[in-house]
Amino acid sequence: MFKAFLIKYAEIGIKGKNRYLFENALRDQIKFALKDVEGEFDVVKEQGRIYVEALSEFDFDETVDALKRVFGIASICPTMIVDSNEWDVITKSAGEFVKNVYGDQSLTFKVKAKRADKHYERTSPEICVDMGAHLVDQFPNLTVNVHDPDIYIYVEVRTRTYIYSHIIPGPGGMPVGTNGKAMLLLSGGIDSPVAGYMISKRGVRLEATYFHAPPYTSERAKQKVVDLAKLVARYAGPMKLHVVNFTDIQLYIYDQCPHDELTIIMRRYMMKIAEKLAEENNCLGLITGESIGQVASQTMQSLAATNDVCTMPVYRPVIGFDKQDIVDIAEKINTYETSIQPYEDCCTIFVAKHPVTKPSLKVIRKSELNLEEKIDSLLEEALNTVETILID
Amino acid sequence: MIAYLDNAATTRPFDSVKEIMMKTLEEDYGNPSSLHTKGVVAEQYVKEAKNIIASNLKVDAKEIVLTSGGTESNNMALIGGALANKRAGNHIITTKMEHASVHNPIIYLENNGFRVTYLNVDHNGHVKLDELLEAIDDDTILVSIMYVNNEIGAVQDIAEISKKIKEKKKDIIFHVDAIQAYGKYRIYPKKMGIDMLSVSGHKIHGPKGIGFLYIKDKIKVKPIIYGGEQQKGMRSGTENVPGIAGLGQAVKEIYTDHEEKIEKLYELKTYFINEVNKIEEVKVNGVDGISVKDTACHVVSVSFGGIRSEVLLHALAEKGVYVSAGSACSSNHPQLSGTLQAIGVAKDLLDSTLRFSFSVFTTREELDYALECLNEILPKLRKYRRH
Repeated sequence: MFKAFLIKYAEIGIKGKNRYLFENALRDQIKFALKDVEGEFDVVKEQGRIYVEALSEFDFDETVDALKRVFGIASICPTMIVDSNEWDVITKSAGEFVKNVYGDQSLTFKVKAKRADKHYERTSPEICVDMGAHLVDQFPNLTVNVHDPDIYIYVEVRTRTYIYSHIIPGPGGMPVGTNGKAMLLLSGGIDSPVAGYMISKRGVRLEATYFHAPPYTSERAKQKVVDLAKLVARYAGPMKLHVVNFTDIQLYIYDQCPHDELTIIMRRYMMKIAEKLAEENNCLGLITGESIGQVASQTMQSLAATNDVCTMPVYRPVIGFDKQDIVDIAEKINTYETSIQPYEDCCTIFVAKHPVTKPSLKVIRKSELNLEEKIDSLLEEALNTVETILID
Repeated sequence: MIAYLDNAATTRPFDSVKEIMMKTLEEDYGNPSSLHTKGVVAEQYVKEAKNIIASNLKVDAKEIVLTSGGTESNNMALIGGALANKRAGNHIITTKMEHASVHNPIIYLENNGFRVTYLNVDHNGHVKLDELLEAIDDDTILVSIMYVNNEIGAVQDIAEISKKIKEKKKDIIFHVDAIQAYGKYRIYPKKMGIDMLSVSGHKIHGPKGIGFLYIKDKIKVKPIIYGGEQQKGMRSGTENVPGIAGLGQAVKEIYTDHEEKIEKLYELKTYFINEVNKIEEVKVNGVDGISVKDTACHVVSVSFGGIRSEVLLHALAEKGVYVSAGSACSSNHPQLSGTLQAIGVAKDLLDSTLRFSFSVFTTREELDYALECLNEILPKLRKYRRH
């Protein structure tokens, strides 16, 4: 009976003249989310509304789940479409609707109505009253309660008529693509996919960078990151994943710098590379999954030392989160199981037993002077050999 | 160049195996239980394969149960064997270096009321006979010992072990996991005193998902899979005809000109050990003071000092050399090999051990290429040791 979903927007409504851009982005993301759902759909913009209309048989639950992943959607209303606005047809259809959805449950209800055409034969209040009366006549189990009803029945009369009752909450946020693009530093861990998800919820399109260190990290570790990118893309839409071969840089740092500073110096070069890739790909910021104090490289001092190499803003959406808070989101967005697969970096030879936890910028910068001879050519080499994978 | 040296993990199927399997997929796809012609034709494949296996082992075809592979064979032998004989006792003896498909069913039995003795092995992976005999008591119903160890290629004197066990207690059931041994040795269960023998198809150039368990006539084993009573109720489920046909063909082919095949493998193994020993800080495991001929012809376990096996494995794989790590490792969940610990490999080498394993397809050129890659990679990796 439900052939369509009325999509209500979250924050788009307030965006004034840019509204059409937001609506187009939302429409594109809806199409992306539905591409793997069983069934054929049309996404229609119509007078300040977006409708997802099924053109074939479709899987209802799968469709709702997909729509729940589209940022910018405030609510999803499974809707009956009536190909007419003639009053008799509408009332007959509303009867079928109630019978199908609520059967003979005893409920109180209220009709809410809208009409697009102000010349329509009934005003909105008249539609409510007449429809209410019609339904009470047809269903002895229904009683009207205009103050605190169990259910609302919405009737929107346009050239066609839309009848709905359920309102399923959407994810909120803003449609991806309406707030520029940012580069996510994606590791195989729990935090970075969550960070990417959170920023993309604000309408930001993502690209991702992963640092691969063969043979110290395995093919499977890389595959795991690709899998994570796919899971994030279920929300964030198609994205590019840049795989940087980091081995030679790591080894060079290992050769030239004090071992307790390795991790910090490594991270500084990772940020540099990510920033470079971000610039090349028109990203406006970097995203990391850092959280204060979680590990030695995420103390305030370490974060300051890492941050020091970037001029681009670095967004750290989980900065104040406890691990469990991050895990909760990871479970919600279904990345947790993949993140905890044990193919984490095998580069333990690069981790000092007692890494510095309060690095001084002065000391770190001094150590990096040892890298002057070759680091630029190594960075260039790393950037020239980036493998870019399209995740869609 | 590609050097596939992971044949103890799995082998490339023989062409003749692929051919017969294609035939069962394209034309002779019937269900062996069906009454019509297609069913009869399919049943012929199953009978034929069982006959090939039976005659190869010099046993009766009735004593062969086809399974989904080595793991199921071991599970059936151990769980089915223990359950069927629990009135005679509840004690099981095995070793500390069995494959997980023996070890874990035994843990399951241990958690369900059976008592288990885990035997030590010496530095070459050999069971100590006196310790085994001492472990036997009135309650002992089952002894399970692997013929060839999958990690180091240690070989047990199965006939001798059986003789000694039966001298001490006649009615003990002796199960042998021969998954790494079949195809490498001629195995005659009756002559060697083996009551149950587990075999897997894909280790002998057959397909994956097929294997068999030999169960000597009169030995009681309970089925572990119930259903349509195929294979006289011992193993329900529509027979995997393509797999079975492929298995039969693989048995036929691997045992053709068998002595020559094995001779060539020993030559390759001896050559590889000699060459690999020329590399610095290298230790070949399981060959101390014994002849190469007293180890299996297809497995070489090598520890490389100062190297993490997984890193070396990936570096070799980048060059097309495929091997296994002696122990599965990851930074979070160190899981060290039971076999390597059991034979007393030094602690710092446990995570530095690779397994090179050969098959009838392995060539001297492949070994030379692998050695060349090792010589190239090792110095680079050793520059960055753990601290």
